[in-house]
Amino acid sequence: MKNLQEENEMLQEESSIFNSTLQRRSFLQYAGAGAAGIALIAAGCKKDRNHPMEPGATGVTLDFKDDFGVLNYAYALEQLEAAFYIQVAATPYANISAAELAYFKDIQFHEIAHREFFKNALGAAAIGSLEVDFSKINFADRTSVLGTAKAFEDLGVSAYNGAGRLLKSAVYLTLAGKIVSVEARHAAYIRELISPNSFSNVEVVDMVNGLDKSRNPIEVLAIAGGFVKTKINVTNFNA
Amino acid sequence: MNIVDILEEIEKVDGEVYERFSPRRTAMKEFFNIGKKISLAAVPMALGSMFTKAYGQSTLPSGVKAVLQFALTLEHFEAAFYTQALKATGGADFPGSAQGTLDKTAIGIISGHETSHVNFLKGVIGSDAVAAKASYDWTASGAFPNPFAVGNYGIFLAVAQALEDTGVRAYKGQAPALVGQGGVLTAALNIHSVEARHAAKIRYMRAQNGFAIKPWITGGNDSGVPNAAAVYAGEETTTQATISIVGINGTAVNAAAASESFDEPLTTQQVLDIVKLFGIS
Repeated sequence: MKNLQEENEMLQEESSIFNSTLQRRSFLQYAGAGAAGIALIAAGCKKDRNHPMEPGATGVTLDFKDDFGVLNYAYALEQLEAAFYIQVAATPYANISAAELAYFKDIQFHEIAHREFFKNALGAAAIGSLEVDFSKINFADRTSVLGTAKAFEDLGVSAYNGAGRLLKSAVYLTLAGKIVSVEARHAAYIRELISPNSFSNVEVVDMVNGLDKSRNPIEVLAIAGGFVKTKINVTNFNA
Repeated sequence: MNIVDILEEIEKVDGEVYERFSPRRTAMKEFFNIGKKISLAAVPMALGSMFTKAYGQSTLPSGVKAVLQFALTLEHFEAAFYTQALKATGGADFPGSAQGTLDKTAIGIISGHETSHVNFLKGVIGSDAVAAKASYDWTASGAFPNPFAVGNYGIFLAVAQALEDTGVRAYKGQAPALVGQGGVLTAALNIHSVEARHAAKIRYMRAQNGFAIKPWITGGNDSGVPNAAAVYAGEETTTQATISIVGINGTAVNAAAASESFDEPLTTQQVLDIVKLFGIS
C-alpha cells in the first residue's frame, strides 16, 4: 500500500511544479518522509512529465480542499462496502444460516442506501464508479467473508471518525454521524459472529480511555486500495 | 487521543498555547515524569490536570465545555447503571446458563468502557467536572419495572438498549457544536462509535435471549417498551437532507432498510427530557 502514498506524494509534487503553490510547510512534510521516498518521487517526476496525466484515465481524485472531497471519500468507501455485500448476498457462503443471510441482506441495503445517498447529495461533484477487486476474498467461505466484513466495517468506522474533523459543515458532520453509528453496529454484529464478546475488543477500542479508532484518509486508502482497481488519488490533504 | 494532536488543535483556537505552557515548563515536566510512574488508567486525569495548570480554570471554550459536561452527565449515569448491574447483591438477574455467563462478561466490558469515558471526560474538563449523582431512579419514575429485580433480566436488557441507543443519539446531536474542534471532536466521535458498538451488542444479546430485535434500529421504537418512545422519536425517518432513501435511484431499499441505514440525533433538550425520569437534572 506504500504505492498509493508514494503516488499521492508524486501527485503533490507534480501539481506544485505546474502551479507553484507549494507551501514550505507541505514541502517539508513530505521531504521528511525519507530518502527512499524522495528518490521515488524524483524518478516518478521524470516519467510523469513524459506521459502527462489525463484526468479520467488515471482514476478518481479526492480533493480535500472542501467538504465535497470528504463526502466523495465517504462515497468511495460506501461503493466498496456495497459491492462487497451485494456479492455476499448474491453468492452466500456454504451453509449460511437464515438469520445470517437475512442480516447480510439488511447490511447490503444499508450500504446501497449510503452509496446512493452520497451519489445524489454530491450530484455533479460526485466521483465516478470504482472498479473493485475482490480476488483475495473467497465468497464461498464463511471465515473469509466474515474476516473481510469485519475489516471493512472497522475500517469504515475509523475512517468516518477520522474524517469528522475535516468537515466544515455541521450538516455534513451530522450526516456522517448518522452513518458511522450504523457502520459501528454492523462491525459489532459481525465481530460477534466471528467471536462472542469481541464487539469492541482491544483491536478497535483502547482500554484506557474507551475510545474507538480513527484513521486519516491516507491510512484508510492504503488498506482499502487493496480491494479497488481504480486508482484513487488524494490531493489537498495534510496529515 | 494523541497529546500532540490536542496541542495542535488548541493552537488553532489559541495561538499562544505554547507560550502558555512555556513559563510553566515544570507543569509539562511534571506531567511527563508522572506519566512514567502512574498507571495508564490515571493518564486522562493527569492530562486534564496539565491543561488546568497551563491555562488556569475554565479555559475550554464555554460551548465545548458545555458539551463535555453534558456527555459526562450521561456517562456517569451509564457507568452507574452497569456498576449496579454487576453487583453480586442487587445486580441484574443474569441467567445461570452459558448465555447468561457470556452476557455478564459483555456487561463487564461495557461497564469498563463507560467508566473509562467518565475518567477521560473528567480529565479533559478539569476540576469543575460535574459529579455523579448519589443515586438514580432505575425505574425511570415508574416507566419500567425495576431492571435489577429478580426475574427482570429481560427488563434490564431493554433498559440497557434504551440507554445505549440514547447515548448514540445524544453524542450525535452534540457533534455540530464541536465542528472545527479537531481533537475534541475526534474524541467525541470515538466515544460515539463505541456507544453504537455497545447498542448493537445489547440488541444482539436480546435476540440471543429470545426477543425479536436487530442490532440496528428498525423504524421508530422497536424496543418493545412503549414507554421508551421518546428514546426513538424520529428514528423512523426515511429522508436524509431532503433525499428520499426508499427506492433511491431505482434500488430495492425499502422503508425498513432506509430507516435502519441512518441513525438520528437527539437534541440536548430531548436527551434531558429522557434522563430526568431517572433522577438526572
